[in-house]
Formats: sequence, structure tokens, C-alpha cells
Amino acid sequence: MKRSGNRLAKRKAIEKTMKEKINTITSTFVPLPLENVDTDQIIPARFLKATTKEGFGDNLFRDWRYDKEGNPNPDFVLNQGVYHGSILVAGKNFGSGSSREHAAWAIAGYGFRVVVSSFFADIFKNNAMNNGVLPVVVSPEFLSELFASAEKNPEATLTVDLPNQTILNNATGKSEHFDINPYKKDCLVNGLDDIDYLLANKSKIEAYESAHR
Amino acid sequence: MVDTLADGTIQLYIDRLYCHEVTSPQAFAGLRERGLKAFRPAQITCIPDHNIPTLNQDRPIEDPVSKNQVDTLEKNAADFGLAYYGLLHPKNGIIHVVGPETGLTQPGMTMVCGDSHTSTHGAMGAIAFGIGTSEVEMTLATQCIMQRKPKTMRITVDGKLRPGVTAKDVALYIISRMTTGGATGYFVEYAGEVIRNASMEERLTICNLSIEMGARGGMIAPDQTTFDYLRDREFAPRGEAWEKKVAEWRQLYSDPGATFDKEIVFQAEDIEPMITYGTNPGMGMGIRENIPALESVDEAGRISYQKSLDYMGFTAGEPVLGKQIDYVFLGSCTNGRIEDFRAFASLVKGKKKAAHVTAWLVPGSWLVEKQIRAEGIDKVLEEAGFELRQPGCSACLAMNEDKIPAGKYAVSTSNRNFEGRQGPGARTILAGPLVAAAAAVTGVITDPREMKSE
Repeated sequence: MKRSGNRLAKRKAIEKTMKEKINTITSTFVPLPLENVDTDQIIPARFLKATTKEGFGDNLFRDWRYDKEGNPNPDFVLNQGVYHGSILVAGKNFGSGSSREHAAWAIAGYGFRVVVSSFFADIFKNNAMNNGVLPVVVSPEFLSELFASAEKNPEATLTVDLPNQTILNNATGKSEHFDINPYKKDCLVNGLDDIDYLLANKSKIEAYESAHR
Repeated sequence: MVDTLADGTIQLYIDRLYCHEVTSPQAFAGLRERGLKAFRPAQITCIPDHNIPTLNQDRPIEDPVSKNQVDTLEKNAADFGLAYYGLLHPKNGIIHVVGPETGLTQPGMTMVCGDSHTSTHGAMGAIAFGIGTSEVEMTLATQCIMQRKPKTMRITVDGKLRPGVTAKDVALYIISRMTTGGATGYFVEYAGEVIRNASMEERLTICNLSIEMGARGGMIAPDQTTFDYLRDREFAPRGEAWEKKVAEWRQLYSDPGATFDKEIVFQAEDIEPMITYGTNPGMGMGIRENIPALESVDEAGRISYQKSLDYMGFTAGEPVLGKQIDYVFLGSCTNGRIEDFRAFASLVKGKKKAAHVTAWLVPGSWLVEKQIRAEGIDKVLEEAGFELRQPGCSACLAMNEDKIPAGKYAVSTSNRNFEGRQGPGARTILAGPLVAAAAAVTGVITDPREMKSE
């Protein structure tokens, strides 16, 4: 009886903190053909003073998106009204620099569910996945074709199929397989996070501790 | 390692967690939401450093949002039973300066912090790396995180450094060759004659910057230099326990025949005093070189490259030597230790700060500040027209009042020259403490080797 009670409590805790699940997403995408977009650009340090996870989307790419007076910069892609969608496509080494998870909160908060690049900084990649945002790594060639497709037609779409680990450029019909480790894929598909797994594994942690004291 | 899943994901046990005020509040909130306690409170240390002012720390923090974040850390530490070194505490300072100097950081430990410069602690033979807030929460709750095993890279720096070349120059040189993302996916071990001959503080500077080429972490095998540094520090083991630990730590090195996924070798003689000219730490060059031409950059990167030079107000092909600067910042977890202040003071001694330069000299911790005063370095600096501020992260990321104004040039001993890093519109030129000192007294970018130190 006690056991099932515990399980119920655990289940409730999990549900409370569950992330939005990801399966297959087809969407137009926002191209950002800049390389080495660091997390200071994604969310500048002066916006990190909050103690909750909400509201960071308003300041996503703040200093590119707004001028000093806070007016929208008409040259920035998010302000042009041409590109939209739940997928962001950026140049290589996206999310470099600071470990601030606020960058992932800003991207999720703005409404992006997927970020595509030819490679991601390691910490950002983990942070994204821990917040239900899927980082998809594609080849440099596939990436430059995506930028070309968007330039030709802003309504071009991408289909990201997480269970099958494929990404399809619907404008060209070309697709690529992408890597994700099975554990993280399972977390994203089911909306679970690491802490659920770890909490269920405490006896192993204690065993490790007594063996290493 | 507690467990390995079938797909290779590792459940990694964390010996020590450091928390600062910016990346921890949501983690503590998550714990409360789930009704959890800190699993191993004795293995966790909390220090506010990012937001804190560097003047008048005895008064309440003026910015209410910064104050709230610092107060929140203090409350969280109290509620969860964790060590807390707040403002004006003798052990307050930048967490990556305090950890090593108090002996909280020790060889062989696994260590994490919600801060990418956690790689610093690898200099003492710890396995240390930055994590996000979700992972801070996991560590608070279970003292574990889920990780993939990184690829391994060994960077060897052979030979002897030329006079006037500092550890910061070595790191900026390595990053300029590797590029800002060139070590992504790798854990780096530094080796070679330069590393073996480096002091503990020089090693801390080198490992600190590992993340600036994308590395998951950087480490140096512990040796006599490590043990001599650590002995008798507050949290270091003592007596028999010390001897036992040292014997264990001596085993923490890669076998002579160890293979790495990638091996890179540099020659010390090729390294000059370095500066950066762009908006990522990989955009660095010898101080006497010219900014690379646009054509030298691969096509996909040219938009970013041009954007970067436009931001800095620089032109491809021109030298940076002789350019006028406005601010100098000595400090940060990269170069805020006693050896950095000694180096800076050695060059400015008997000279005067250039009238148009604003200089912020920020010790990395109160222990560093105390040492500066004990050695009389404060007097040397004062006579040259400089004043010391109080410890903190300060202008490295400008979360407090120490912001470089838009359009102004700052020579900074910190770690990032990203757009707006030191304040919206600020233009950062990264360099070591000697280049910073030379710029502070001449008011322009100057090769420190051309200046006589007294």
C-alpha cells in the first residue's frame, strides 16, 4: 500500500513538472545565418536577474532585436514580419559561451520548439533538451540549403520527426538523419526530465557513496 | 560514476557543487515545488559574485533586482542548510577564485557549477565543468547529473615562453588557433613543458578559458605544484589524511601511452602577447599583427566576421597596436588573482595612469585583496593613479554598475569579448595583465615588451 502511495506521489510530482512533449513538428522557420551566436546575444546578462523561468522570451536576442531606446530594429529577422514559425535555423556553434539556462528559457518562451544548426555548444544543447527544446544538428550543406530555401520562399517549411530522427526540407524534398541519444529522445518524446530518472535511482546513489567513502 | 545506461548515458556523481545567485534561484524553486531537500548539503557552497557592487559593499545593494537575487541565494542557503559566504565575508569573492584558494577544490573531485568557467578548477586536477540550472537542481536533489562521455583532446605546449608572455597569452593563442567552437564536444587535457612549468595560478587561467573554444572542460594532471599550492589551505586535508590523499592524487595522470581522440601540439616560442580584435575569444592575434582580411574567412562565416568588425569599429587588414582605448579592467575569474595584480603592478610601478583612461582594478576575492595589501601592491597602484575596488565578477559581465559605455574601448583581462558583454554597445579587447597595464599607462594598445618595468 505504502509503495503504491509513494508511486502516486511521485507520479504527481512528475506531472507537475512535466515538459511539453515533442513528436513530429512541421513548421515554417526563422533563418538566422550568423555563426557563433553566443548566449550573451540570446539573452544579455542584465536580463538574468529574475528568480523565475518566465518572461525571458520578451528579451530573446534583445540587443539585436531592439535599439537603445527599446524600439524594434527593423533589420532584425524577428521584426520583419516575413519569417515566423516554431523552428529557428542558425549558423554553426549556436549557444556558445555562458552556461545560462535563461538562453533556453528565452528560446522556449518566445515559442521555438526546435533549433537547427550545424553544431551546438555543449552546455546549451543540454539546457535546450532539459527544457523541451530540440536541438537538431545537420550537415553544413543541408544548413546552407535551408538558408537558401528561406530566402527563396519565407513560407518554406521543415518537418522534424523526432521518433524517426529525420529532418526534411519540404522545399527541396531533401532529408537528413540526425543523432540524439536514446535516453534524451525518450525524455523529450515523453516530456520527462533527468530529475525524474535520478530521483527514482537514489538507492544506487547511496550505494555508490558508501563504496567510495 | 553511479550508473551507465544502455545508450552510454552516464549518471555522474558530483563531489562538490558551487552555487552563485544568478543560475540557482530557479533550481531551489524546483526543489521546493517537488518538496525535496538538498541531498548532500555538506558538499555544496553558495557564494554571490555576479551581481555584487565593487564599491560600498557595506551598504545595501542599490539595484533592487540584484539585491533580490543575492538575498534569495542567502535565504535558499539558510533554508536548505548550505554554506554561504555573503558580501564582506572573508571568503566572499568570485566562486572560481575562492574554490581553489580555500582548498574547497581538490584533485580528482567531480565539480559542477551553473557557470561555464567552472572549467577553472580542472587546473587542480579536478573534473570540473559548467552546467545549466536544471542540472543544478538535479545536483541539489540527488548529487548526480546525466551526462554523455565527451571525446578527449590533449593540447601540448612545448618549449619555453618568451619574456613578457603570460598564461593568458598562451590561452588566447590556443583559442585563436582552435577557434571559438573548435573544441566543442571535447574534454581537454593540457600538457607539455609550458604547462608543467606553470604556477598553479597560471594553470587556473589556462583551464578557465577552455570553454572559450567550446571545450566541455580542461584539466591538468596534479603534481608537486598542485600539492604545494593546496597544502594548509583551509579546507585541504591535514596530517595523515593529507599524506594519504597526496598519494592518491599522484596516481591521477594519463598513462604515457594514453590515446586521445585528438592531439594538438603548439610551440611556446610562437606565442606573442595576444589581443582580440573581434567579438568572440577566438578572434585573437599577436599584438603586433594586423586584423585578418575578410577573404581569409570561409564563406559561411563572412557575414558574422564583418558584423563583428563593424561592431568593434575596426577594419580588416589594419593593426590594433596604437589604437586609443578608454577603459581598462583588471579582474575576473580569469585574471583576478594575486599573480595578476603583481604583474600589473610591476609594469605600472613608477609610471602614471593615462589621464583619459578609466581603470577598474577588481580583486577576485577578499583573500586576494588581503594579499595585495600585505605585499604593498595597493601602494604601488595608488602612486601610479589607480585604486582598488572590492571583489566580484564586476565588468566581466556587467551585471552590477560596472558597465563600459556604448562605443567605448575596454582592454579587459576577463574572458569574453562578446557584443554587449561589458555593457550594451561596449567594445572589449581581451588581453593579459601586462598588456592591460601597458594600455592603462599609455592610453593606447601597446606592446608591454617595449616598456621598461621598474
